[in-house]
Amino acid sequence: MGLIQLGGHEKDGSPDVITLTVEKAVNWARKGSLWPMTFGLACCAIEMIAAVSSRYDMDRYGAGVFRASPRQSDLMIVAGTVCRRMAPVIRKIYDQMPEPKYVIAMGSCATSGNIYDSYSVVQGVDRFVPVDIYVPGCPPTPEALFDGILKLQERIMQKRVFLSQPKEVKDALKV
Amino acid sequence: MSQLAKRIEDTFPGACTRVVEWRGDLAVTVKSETLRDVARFLRDDPAMRFDYIVHVSSVDWPDDEERFEVVYEVYSIRTRQRIRLKTRVPESDCIVDSLTDIWKGADFMEREVYDMMGIRFRNHPDLRRILMPDEYDEGYPLRKDFPLRGKGWRDTFEFLDEPTR
Repeated sequence: MGLIQLGGHEKDGSPDVITLTVEKAVNWARKGSLWPMTFGLACCAIEMIAAVSSRYDMDRYGAGVFRASPRQSDLMIVAGTVCRRMAPVIRKIYDQMPEPKYVIAMGSCATSGNIYDSYSVVQGVDRFVPVDIYVPGCPPTPEALFDGILKLQERIMQKRVFLSQPKEVKDALKV
Repeated sequence: MSQLAKRIEDTFPGACTRVVEWRGDLAVTVKSETLRDVARFLRDDPAMRFDYIVHVSSVDWPDDEERFEVVYEVYSIRTRQRIRLKTRVPESDCIVDSLTDIWKGADFMEREVYDMMGIRFRNHPDLRRILMPDEYDEGYPLRKDFPLRGKGWRDTFEFLDEPTR
């Protein structure tokens, strides 16, 4: 990315021209406008809700507008213990989200099942949806969730938009 | 023995197999064939009027002859008394009379006991699984001989193979 100063706005010193690749521009626009979907399953949801509050203000990263519908969102934050009975619902919701879409597994339960090594708890959402970012913690603080979102934004910036992904990357993204 | 336990014992001689009172909480174990009569008496007796069913649960005692125990917790809003009513059934014949016609609130809780422990309830209006899916066929997860991690259900995701996607 480069800035070119032509001198048009000498008073406030703002640049006239920014040069960058179209791919970068697209990724930059995408990462700054994440639309998360509320998917709180347990106590992690409380921290997720706190992260959107004015005290922590998740909107600073462009990810503050939580939608109640998967069709209006591109980021699913799975926050909480995933029971096996909930699994088909989560998968269905994931399938309903428009591309490009991202998944954050928030907390130890969504990541690995945590201490709930029982007959009813799925040992991590990555068993049936592809996960981009894992946020550790029980529950993670809002700051930890922000770290996950910033990591996701870094990852979005590395995505290839106009070239097709290499086959091994494509395969890795599938479950 | 508390007055309440004595009243039950006097009205149904020989029905109580065990009476425990601990820190003001009364627990009475009755024979399963008298459970309904005792429950109806507790609800209708004007001195007690146990009108609110708080909870229904069950216990598995794998080494006992009468393996399963169903526990009813009832409360009287009017007289502010509380009683825990228990009954025991063997594994070979684990069926208890339903109390849904006495306390309607017992419906879902008895279904939960059936779902988790496999104890059936006679004359229950709708005895189906309530927490686990209807088609779940691995048994009853809260029994002591059920493996903690289940029998593979939590790790099978058959919906991933559906052709609609």
